[in-house]
Amino acid sequence: MSCNPDNNQGFWSRVFHLYYDGFRSMTVGKTLWLIIAIKLFIFFVIIKLLFFPNFLNSKCSTEQEKSEYVRHQLVTDD
Amino acid sequence: MEELINVVDWSRAQFALTAIYHWLFVPLTLGLGIIVAIMETIYLRTKSEKWLATTKFWMTIFGVNFAIGVATGIILEFEFGTNWSNYSWFVGDIFGAPLAVEGILAFFMESTFIAVMFFGWKKVSPKFHLAATWLTAIGASLSALWILVANAWMQYPTGCEFNPATMRNEMTSFAAVALSPMAMSKFFHTVLSAWALGGVFVCGVCGWMLLKKRNYDHCQRSLKVGAWVGVVGIVLTMITGDTSAVTVAKYQPMKLAAMEGLYKGNHEQAIVAFGILNPSKQAFDDQDPYLFDISIPYGLSFLATHDFKAFVPGIEDIINGVTYDNEGNEISTVSYAERMERGRQLQEMMAQYGAAMKGGNTLIQDSLKTAINADFKHFGYAYLDKPEEAIPNVPLTFYTFHFMVTVGGYLLLFLLLALLFAYKPDILNKAKWSKWWYILSIITIPLTYLCSASGWIVAEVGRQPWTIQDLMPNKVAISDLSAGYVQVTFWIFAVVFTALLIADIGIICKQISKKSQTDLDTVND
Repeated sequence: MSCNPDNNQGFWSRVFHLYYDGFRSMTVGKTLWLIIAIKLFIFFVIIKLLFFPNFLNSKCSTEQEKSEYVRHQLVTDD
Repeated sequence: MEELINVVDWSRAQFALTAIYHWLFVPLTLGLGIIVAIMETIYLRTKSEKWLATTKFWMTIFGVNFAIGVATGIILEFEFGTNWSNYSWFVGDIFGAPLAVEGILAFFMESTFIAVMFFGWKKVSPKFHLAATWLTAIGASLSALWILVANAWMQYPTGCEFNPATMRNEMTSFAAVALSPMAMSKFFHTVLSAWALGGVFVCGVCGWMLLKKRNYDHCQRSLKVGAWVGVVGIVLTMITGDTSAVTVAKYQPMKLAAMEGLYKGNHEQAIVAFGILNPSKQAFDDQDPYLFDISIPYGLSFLATHDFKAFVPGIEDIINGVTYDNEGNEISTVSYAERMERGRQLQEMMAQYGAAMKGGNTLIQDSLKTAINADFKHFGYAYLDKPEEAIPNVPLTFYTFHFMVTVGGYLLLFLLLALLFAYKPDILNKAKWSKWWYILSIITIPLTYLCSASGWIVAEVGRQPWTIQDLMPNKVAISDLSAGYVQVTFWIFAVVFTALLIADIGIICKQISKKSQTDLDTVND
């Protein structure tokens, strides 16, 4: 049994309406999406870009250089 | 050196902070996901609107927790690349492969089916909706599987070979990594404990509603499912905990010794049921490790090997290279002092390998690679200044382990009683002490979270000082950063995650309070 009143629509159209209608009819979900958006902005834009660069990428430009850097760190450092 | 220790400590503190906060969200998603799926299954079988209303109530709580918790784990991956760059390079694709599988599963499976779960009630058939709910719950567990596989490899590195040319470990067997005994015991123990937590959460929330005299029938329905999932979860957690103990005894004996505060092992070794450690005790002194203890004879021998008479090595035995064979007999192997020496020889060989690479001498490279891999299990010991450095924080490991076991025992009793009251509610209804049971149900929720976090503290603190067991200690795994830099991000995370936790608890409590004042025997939307 299908509850979908738009069975004649194409698959992608039905997927679109699933999300579109879902987002429109949300209640507590709107607050949650706001929190998710703020959280992702803080994580990926502020924290990742400003504070969490890839350390080895900032020191070395090639895979070979990274190997040598880590060899130096593991073999010669106390 | 002091700066290095500070960076190590702050990097560890940051990882611990973010991992523990992340773990506050995960187990409820895992546990409540299964509970919601079972409730919806009952609804589909009975076609009862009451079960639909109950399913939707818990689905909302699940959704809030999922939404607030989503992506909190990604922070840990940021930390690997920035704070733990030597480690990230050294583990190579072994860590990357499970995390990539996790990312694909989490993104495609969970994000697809969770949308159907929340938006699809009137858009897809009931059977398809039920399938989406189950697949969301299963997808969450499968995501956890790959994270736990990666963690298990750090505790028991297997299925790999070290390549001295790239200074990376390369995977030789995906199956050996994914299906290692450590990964399997860790996965089942962790996920099943989340079922117990989900069950306790349902019992606690229902306890609050019953205390407020709201939605009695809804609570009875919820309790039947919640208590069953909780009982099954806690019983299986105990069984898999036993398997975990055997695995730890075999692959991380130092952790087991720390869990028990055992310095000198023995045959027919007793287990400490309750104890207070002697705070001034150090390895190789003559002091008693306990100020007070109540022990169960033969208990640790049986826990570690399933043999009452087997030898269980203590911290001092392990440092001296004493362990046990498959028959539980005491045997001598390589001492930590010798492992340190072999590790230093490996360091020299790696330096020689680097020189041979520059000189293009492939013959020497081949022979060095063979020699390095033959002894590689000792590599990390090169960085220890003394054997005692390989002893984890015994008091923290000991007390958190005993707290986890004690609360685990309490949870079994609590959930069995909750199950009894779910099927025989008159016992509670007629009792004068029912109010105290409801209050106890509420208090048990944070207690279970503490129990769950304690399990992780045992697993992670107990394996110190290793980032990768025997291969890489923390002080070598970290990046060449300043302690101040790590401190800044530590406090940023502390603020952001605390805000998220407050939001999570606040919205969940608000939803529970608001919805509990409506009729939860009928569908309101």
